[in-house]
Amino acid sequence: MNGLLESLWTHFDVTVAILLFGIGFTTLLLHQNLIKKIIGLNIMDTAVFLFLTTQGFITDRSAPILKEGAEAAAGYVNPIPSGLVLTGIVVSVSVTAVMLSLTIRLFRRYHTLEIDSMTLMMKGEGD
Amino acid sequence: MKKKIVDRLRQRYAGDQSPLDEDMISSLGEQPPELMRTSDEAYEALEHVHESRVWEAVRQERDMYQQIHKWSYSSGLRLIKRVYTTLAVLTCGGIILFLLWTVNMLPPFGNPNNPDNNEVAARYIEQGPEETGAVNMVAGMILDYRAFDTFGETTVLFVAACSVLFLLKLNDHKDGKPTSAWLEAEYDDRHHEPKNDQILQFAARLLVPIILLFGFYVIMNGHISPGGGFSGGAIMGAGLILYLNAFGFQKTERFFTYNTFRWITFGSLITYAGLKSYSFYTGANHLGSGISTGTPGALLSAGFILPLNICVGLVVMCTMYTFYTLIRKGGI
Repeated sequence: MNGLLESLWTHFDVTVAILLFGIGFTTLLLHQNLIKKIIGLNIMDTAVFLFLTTQGFITDRSAPILKEGAEAAAGYVNPIPSGLVLTGIVVSVSVTAVMLSLTIRLFRRYHTLEIDSMTLMMKGEGD
Repeated sequence: MKKKIVDRLRQRYAGDQSPLDEDMISSLGEQPPELMRTSDEAYEALEHVHESRVWEAVRQERDMYQQIHKWSYSSGLRLIKRVYTTLAVLTCGGIILFLLWTVNMLPPFGNPNNPDNNEVAARYIEQGPEETGAVNMVAGMILDYRAFDTFGETTVLFVAACSVLFLLKLNDHKDGKPTSAWLEAEYDDRHHEPKNDQILQFAARLLVPIILLFGFYVIMNGHISPGGGFSGGAIMGAGLILYLNAFGFQKTERFFTYNTFRWITFGSLITYAGLKSYSFYTGANHLGSGISTGTPGALLSAGFILPLNICVGLVVMCTMYTFYTLIRKGGI
């Protein structure tokens, strides 16, 4: 147990990422409002990005931008996770935009954002 | 006999077309004449009784359904909500605890010997500036070594913009006349969005040129400093959105319409695809492609990275602006 707590402290970046992920997931599951669900999903995305970027970090090394007189690989942090996170951010933005526009369409039809009342209205309409 | 007639009647109400069958007709023929005479009255009386029974059944069914309905609306909904909340909290807690438990097995933070800092990253850093000519190694990686992947990313943005257009765009004109949905959206926009806000307009007049210039700078220097097409395009899109907020659609429509969006994104994607197919055709990974990498650090260097950055930046800028306008009004 003590060892676990200590590793949580030494990996505080991962711990924060996991807590953010949990907050986002809880928001996604517990809120009725569709906009809040989308916010929760975005928090989860952010947690994943934080986790990925911290995995590429190396202590006492600079960002992967070439400097005079430092050509060796030992001078820079890992550039691959940054590229992956860039992809992730773009996909996250696209998915968020599509989700928001679907929410707008639902709001135009049912005049509510609460998923429960929306479902009841859908049941009432019949198939 | 009576029972048989009632059965027949029931069948008739249930949709059976022939109330009498062969043996009944023959048995009726055997009856004494007085019973034949009264059969019409008996028939009517039976019909009456049957109708009242049907109504009774309908009423009972309605009551039952109402009860179920009431239950499901009040206590049933509450019960399901409580079960759902409990399960959701348990799931979330379980996932968080499980993930926290796995932290124990991760390699230490910031250690150069971690498994993800392997020979791939070292190769990109050591050979990257020489092979791609980009000082920014991330730009060299995503727009040269993995440019095809970035093309896919840009296409994802483009497809997302198309889906949002498809979902939200209102038909503005039909046979020369504006549609009612469009007029309603215009009305909403005029009444709920800021109009001729002096502070906003002053700030926008000061900031928009600076924001656009900075976005342009970030795009153009994507290969020699932090930044690139995605971040620069997002900055320029934000500048356009600020301009729209301050001055309204009348001003932005003069330079940014649906056709502008279409042609800019189409042109950028086609240019990207063309440049990249050329470098694939001549042999990917710089096997004599004939493209000079230039001096690392100069503005016009790094082969195709600068034009690709510009393409990506234009697509991102248009997409951001389109998302905003479509979500706000349903048209560009």
